[in-house]
Order: sequence, then C-alpha cells, then structure tokens
Amino acid sequence: MALASRTHRASRGLLPDQRAELMLGALVCAVLLFVLLLVVFVFKEAWPSFDHNGFGWFGADGNPDQQVQEIYTSANLLRRPVYTFHAWPIIWGTLLTTLGAVTLSFVSALFVSVFVVEFAPEAIKRILEPVVRLLASVPSVIFGLLGVLILVPFIGNHVITDGNRRSVAYIVSLSGYSLLAGVLILSLMIAPLMIAVFSDGLRAVPRGWLEGSLGLGINRWRTFWKIGVRTARPALVAGTVLATARALGETVMLAMVTGGVSFAPNPADGLIFFVEPTRPLAATILQTAEELTSEPMRHTIFAMAAVLLFSAAMLSLAGWAAKQPMKRYGVRA
Amino acid sequence: MMNASPPPVRRLPLTGTEAQVIEPAEQPTVVMPAGSTVPGAPSFTSAPRRKIGSSPLAVDRMHVDALSIAYGSKLAVKEVSLPIRQGEVLALIGPSGCGKTTLLRSLNRLTELTKTASMKGRILLDGEDIATLEPTALRRRVTMVFQQPNPFPMSVFDNVAYVLREQASRRPRKAALQGAVRSALERAGLYDEVASDLAHPALRLSGGQQQRLCIARALAADPEVLLLDEPCSALDPASTQRIEELIVHLREQVAVVIVTHNLQQAYRIADRVAFMYLGELVEFGPAEQVFGAPREARTKEYVSGGFG
Amino acid sequence: MSAVAPPKPSAPPAARRSARDSSASWRWTDRLGLAFAWFLGLTFLAVTAAIVLYMMVQGIRYVRPELFVTHPAAGVTERASGGFLDPLMGTVIVALMAMAIAFPLGLAIGVWLSEYGRPSWLARVTESTIEMLAGSPSIVFALFGTLLFEQGAFAFLSRTNDGVVYGRSFFAAASMLSLIALPLIVANVREGLQAIPGHVREASYAVGKTRIATTRRVLLPAARPSVVTGAMLGVGRIIGDTAIIVILLGATLRFTESGDVPLLSTLKGTGSTLTTFVYANAPTGEINQPEKAFAAGFVLLSMVLALNFAVDVAARRGRRWR
Repeated sequence: MALASRTHRASRGLLPDQRAELMLGALVCAVLLFVLLLVVFVFKEAWPSFDHNGFGWFGADGNPDQQVQEIYTSANLLRRPVYTFHAWPIIWGTLLTTLGAVTLSFVSALFVSVFVVEFAPEAIKRILEPVVRLLASVPSVIFGLLGVLILVPFIGNHVITDGNRRSVAYIVSLSGYSLLAGVLILSLMIAPLMIAVFSDGLRAVPRGWLEGSLGLGINRWRTFWKIGVRTARPALVAGTVLATARALGETVMLAMVTGGVSFAPNPADGLIFFVEPTRPLAATILQTAEELTSEPMRHTIFAMAAVLLFSAAMLSLAGWAAKQPMKRYGVRA
Repeated sequence: MMNASPPPVRRLPLTGTEAQVIEPAEQPTVVMPAGSTVPGAPSFTSAPRRKIGSSPLAVDRMHVDALSIAYGSKLAVKEVSLPIRQGEVLALIGPSGCGKTTLLRSLNRLTELTKTASMKGRILLDGEDIATLEPTALRRRVTMVFQQPNPFPMSVFDNVAYVLREQASRRPRKAALQGAVRSALERAGLYDEVASDLAHPALRLSGGQQQRLCIARALAADPEVLLLDEPCSALDPASTQRIEELIVHLREQVAVVIVTHNLQQAYRIADRVAFMYLGELVEFGPAEQVFGAPREARTKEYVSGGFG
Repeated sequence: MSAVAPPKPSAPPAARRSARDSSASWRWTDRLGLAFAWFLGLTFLAVTAAIVLYMMVQGIRYVRPELFVTHPAAGVTERASGGFLDPLMGTVIVALMAMAIAFPLGLAIGVWLSEYGRPSWLARVTESTIEMLAGSPSIVFALFGTLLFEQGAFAFLSRTNDGVVYGRSFFAAASMLSLIALPLIVANVREGLQAIPGHVREASYAVGKTRIATTRRVLLPAARPSVVTGAMLGVGRIIGDTAIIVILLGATLRFTESGDVPLLSTLKGTGSTLTTFVYANAPTGEINQPEKAFAAGFVLLSMVLALNFAVDVAARRGRRWR
C-alpha cells in the first residue's frame, strides 16, 4: 500500500526540492526581468532627447536652465516640442563634485584606515570604528541641512570676499552655495564607505608578510604601507568604486548646497573657481522633476537619468577591470 | 668547504674589543668518525655527517648573557647564556614550548612586538648591548627567515631589492640594485633558477624556491647574523637538502642560528648545539658531544627519542 | 616633533630599554605620515561628534512632544505650522511597505544564490544585477516609478485626480524603495548562509532532509543575526532616502487620500516622510522653517542611530560561527 502511494506521488510531479528550486529560480528571474525592464524603459524614454541633440547633448551651448524652460513651455503651447539641450555645465558640475569628493575622500580614508587598523591605540580603535559606521548611516538630507545652515553661510561670509563677487558679477552671483560646499560635504559622506572597505582589506593582509618585513629591519610605518597597503589594493579599488557610485548618485544634499544653477565653474577664474555654484546631474533631475508632466521635458530628464545609469554601470566595469592585473602577483582579490 | 683563511671580519665596534677567536686547540677532543657508534648514542649518529668539526677560525658575533624572557608572569626563557659565532652553525633544539623560538626571536628583538613580553639580562652584538641599538638597524644586521616561506606579493627582483630600497635615504635606481640582487640570489643558490626572469611573481615559485628567496632577501642587507626559525619544516626532502647545504655554506660569511625540531637535521648541519628544556639551557656544546656523549641525562633522553 | 606620536606601550621590566621601537627613529617622511594619520583620525572623530552633538542640541531645543501628534499645517510662524505627525507616520508606513516587498524577495534571492545557484551563468548575472542595483542612483528608480505608476500597469495604485493619473502614492514609493534595500538584504543573507560550515549541511542531508527543508529549518535560523542585520540596514537606507519620496510620494505635507476605501485610499494617496519634511523646511525648501527641520531631523537621526545600535548588537551575536 505504502509503496504504491510513494511511486504514485513520484510519478505525479516534482519533488518538493525541485519545486522549491524552480520557485526560487522563478522569483530570481522575475526580479532580473524587472531590472531589465527598468533599464530598457529608462533608455527608451531618454532616446528622443538624444535623438534630437545628437552628441551635442553633451556639449556646451547656451544655458541649460533656459533651455529647460523652453523645453517645458514648448509642450504647453501648441507648437512643436523643443528638445534643444546641451548639458555640459551639468556634466562638468557632476564631474567636478564626484572627482573632487572621491579624491579628497580617498586620501583621508586611506590614512584613517591605516590608522584604525594598525597604529591607533586600543581605546581610539574601539571608538573610531562605530563612529565610522555611524557616519555612514546618517541620511543625506541631514548632511544637506547642516551644510545649508553652517557651511554655506560660512563660505558666503568668510571665504568669499566682495572683491570676488564683483569680479564675476556679470556672469554668476556668488553666495555660499558652491562647489566647495558640495565637495566638502560629499567627501565626508563617502569617506566612511571607503574606510570600511579599506579597513577590511588591510585587516586581511597575512601577518606573515608583515612580520617578514619587520624581521628584515623595516619600520612599522613603511612595512604597513609597502606591504599592507599594496596587498590590500583590490580592497582599495572596490572601496573607491563603491564610493564613486555613491557620489555620482547623491541627490538631495548636493541639490541643497551647490546652488541650484546649471553653471559650469570656470578654472580660469582662479580660486574663485571653487566657490562658484553648480548643479550636478542627480540634483538637476530632482529639481526639475515637477516638470515631468511635459513630454519633451520628460524625455530630457530621462536622458539625464540614462547618463547616470550608464555611468554607474561603467564604474562597476572599471572596478572589475582594475582588479585583474593585480591577481598576477598573488594579491588576492 | 674548509676555509684556511680567516673569515672576513666586519663592523667591529670602535671600542677596540677584539673578536674572540677560538683556537683549534680548544676544540673538543671527542670526534666522531663517520660510521662508528658509541653505546647509547642515537642511531643516526652513524650516518655520515656533512662535515666534521667547526671551521678552524670562528669569530664571536653575539653573546647571550643570563637572558630571561617572560610573557606576562610566565617565564619562557630562564637565565640562558651562550655565544654565537660566525663560522659556526648553532642549532637550538628541544621539545615544543621549551623556549627555543622565543630565544631566537629575542636575538633580533622581535619579542618586543608582543606586548606582554619582558626581558632581563642582555644580548651583545659585537660587544654592544642590542637594547641600546635602534631596532630596525639591529634587524638589518641580525635578520630572520621564518618557518613558512613568506615572499612578498611582488616579483623576485622586488623581493630581494626590498630592504635595499627601503633602507636607503634616496630610492636607488633599478640599475644600481642589479648587482646586489644578483649576488644575494647567488649566495642563496637561487640565481641560476630565476636568472631568466627576475620579474617572475615570487608567489609562483615552488616552496623550496620561495624559502631560498626569503634567504636571499635576508642576505641582501648583508647581515652579520642569520636566524632561521625551522626553515625546512614546510618543505619536501629535496628542497630541505638544498637548503641545508646552503646553510652550511653560508656559515663562513654569517653567523647562523637555526631552530629545528628535526634532530637529524641538527646533527647534519650544526657545529654547536644548544639543548633547551622548559626554558632552561640544559646543555651546550659541539654537536658530536651533545649527540654522541651528552653530559646530562635529559639531553640523552631527548636525543635518543625518549620524549619530545 | 615629539608631540607627534605617543610612545609605544613599553613592556614592564628591564632597566635598560633605552632604544625602543618608537617613531622617533624613523625618517621624517615616515613620521610625517604617522602624524598625518593621527591628525586625520582625530579630525574624523571630532567632525562626527560635532555633527551628532549639534543635531542633538538643536533637536532638543526645538523638539516638543506635541510635534509628534500634530498634523503639519500651513502656517507662517513656527508655532502655527503644526507638527510632523504625518511625516512621521509616512516614514513608518513607507518603511513597512518597502520591507514587505524587499525582505521576502531579498531572502529568496540570497537563499537561491547561496544554496542553489544553478545554472552558473544565471547566478553570475544575478550577482551583477544586484551589484548594479546597489550602485545605481535612487533617483533613477524614482523616475522609472513614475513610468510604472503614471502610465503603466500599476496606475490604479496611484493617485488619480479627476481621471488624471498623478503617479504618486505610497505604493509607488514603497515599491521603488524596496529596490534600494534589496542589495543589502541579499548581501547579508548570503554572508550569513555562507558562514555556516559545510558539515552542518551535510549532517542535515545525511538524515534525509531536502535542501529546502534544511534551509528553512537549519540554515536560516542559524543565519538569523545576519538576516536581521541585513533587514535593519535595509530599513536604515529606506528611511534615509529623500529622492524617491520627493518624486513618488508627492509634495503634500499631509496625507491626501485618493479614493474611498479607508486604508487603501491613504496608501494610494500622497503624503510625506521625515526626510521630505526636513527637505521642505530647510532654508532651501519651500517652507523654510529651520526649527521644524531640526526637530524632524533630530527624530530621524535618532531612529537611524537606534537602528545602528541594534545592528551592532545583532552583529556581535552573530559571531557564533567564527
């Protein structure tokens, strides 16, 4: 009797394990499909803007803020939709904030992680690690709030002089809302990420290598830098990629402190360059999002989103590529 | 392999104390001809030795003076005194936990890396108390090769050139280092095998080659004393043999101290043997005597395999 | 120069420890490096402490109990503009809804990647996709959400205004927010499962249990600290996000229902969360009442700190297998 029922069940369908695997697999595929849909639709919505502007989309020709206005209003009036958009000031702003913050952060994070892993006294180690984690979890809007209420007035009142203001008066107005504020706060936001990943990498360095170097008569600092940091290079790459992606996608804080105008800071202005306002891609999207209802505007906004998405993907690829040569010398990735 | 001329004497302190030279006449009278046995001696003493007797002129390099080392409250080394001479291989033997590795590591002050370690007594290098020397400078004169081969994740060339690059005040150019790297690799008996490609990743060498690379790396700084912490325990017999030959060859140029678990190895390559047990130096003397006719009962028990 | 680095803790004894391995003997570049490391480490500590303390101080100045239970109102002065009950509830609702989507999905994906993962190309694609999700800006998800909920299949779940689909609702926001929490949950679930030694699985299979039963009954309970950590990290990210909320939850401070069904209408309607409340009350926002912003920010920060603390506790308990 029992035998018959067992064979009956087996011939009827799948075993519970196979069913589970199929269900889980189906779920996974559904999610993958959803993400694929996301990417496809973002690019699909973005296409008209790229189509109309060609490579000029990335160029510099006119004021993006004015162009946005025209694009938006062109949908309301019953005339042909306008798509003219040259995003260079916005892209330049994005590049400046991202690269500036990543550079500043990288140097600081490297030294702080070396400090935390090897040279800090026990007591400071115990405090610093939770502090880093804490900083990493503070919401960006709070950074924005503090930036607007403390850093921006400081820059506006104490860093920018009237002479500075006069010298660029016809081009742009200098308040404290600036590239500098954005870069400073952004590096503070992404440093904890780098520190966390760097520290993990540094801790994983085999002690035998460090001991070998000490046994040869090289001091602790050099030993740790030459052997430890070198060995942890894959972690350095991973942390930097992670932080850059975060910097690229930072929306709210930058929208609040960098000035809200699509201005391309001009290096030829000397030091004033740092206190000129700008507006990176993500911040621009946030601040023009109410205009999504207008169709040409929607395409323009999605075009910006597509650029962001593409950059994030390229970043991941670059990170993977950077780790390959290191594997040759036995540096474990 | 026997040198008639005196070994090169280097870096003697300016105080003018002369290196202590052992006259041939001071050598122990017990000489074990290969093949003969003494009743009660361990069976491997009948195996042929690589050489017999110390090199005729051995120069005092280091002297351990009533050294005691404690980790916290536990004594690891108790009042040990012994000389370390260039021209000789000194083997430290003893069962696990007897303090031989601690003693070895104290010779280049690596024990200081452990926070709970404390030390009494002194160690002299060419007459100077090593506690007064700058630790990194000391470790370049007294270098160590570890149990597990630990070449750095770089090329062969970079590994050997590592110390030379780091200790120079101005980073030397690669061309300037070629000679020194080559000579270190030759001294370690590795040059022929890697000469074709010095940029080869060090971690891709075989275990034996890696260990010889570590020896080359240690020799690159031209040390006076070479410390070896069970260098062959992770290697196969063929590599072990090559390294043992290398060690015996090197003793003319540097003082060699080797810690080993392997009694046969100690018998093969050592000139003098120090047997330690539970932190005490139980017996110290020429290899033939410690293995062939040990004075202490504990030594006799250990070398005949009674415990350990 | 001597204030640069503290002397290393010396071993107790010996009279003669004159030349210790202190940094005084290093080359000046090395000493400078160490000094720089100290400087940066301490600065970091100081800045973080300053931020937290400042927010705490300002928050305590401006937080009053009635803020928690009053609806926001359109008032010019601080007193007249009400409290942040709606945003507070909004944060909670959105976190619950997003986690309701993200947690089961993340668990399933994590389990699949860790215990099954066949065919291997699919596993690799999944890993890359999750990684891509982790690295993408949340605003892109927000924009996609407008497509989905404004014109797409899910339009019925968002606010309609006389037939014009507005595309904003709690459903919209929660579904996109789940995407930003997903990678964290997946990563932690995988880590927790992979930390379990193989012999535990073998023992379970040996007595005839299926893989799925093993996972449910043996592995997941053992990996619970990691799973919980992942969930809490996910919640942390969700309540800290502003971009998706601004775009997908609409700009109304108070809950604005849509439709007639009681609970559903709220969820279909628009509202705000603490993050958008702070954004709107900041000097750069529409309302510009910094005191309210501080108060709300204080509450938000406290929630995040509490979560952080809970994650620490859970992580410490998860060290069983190490």
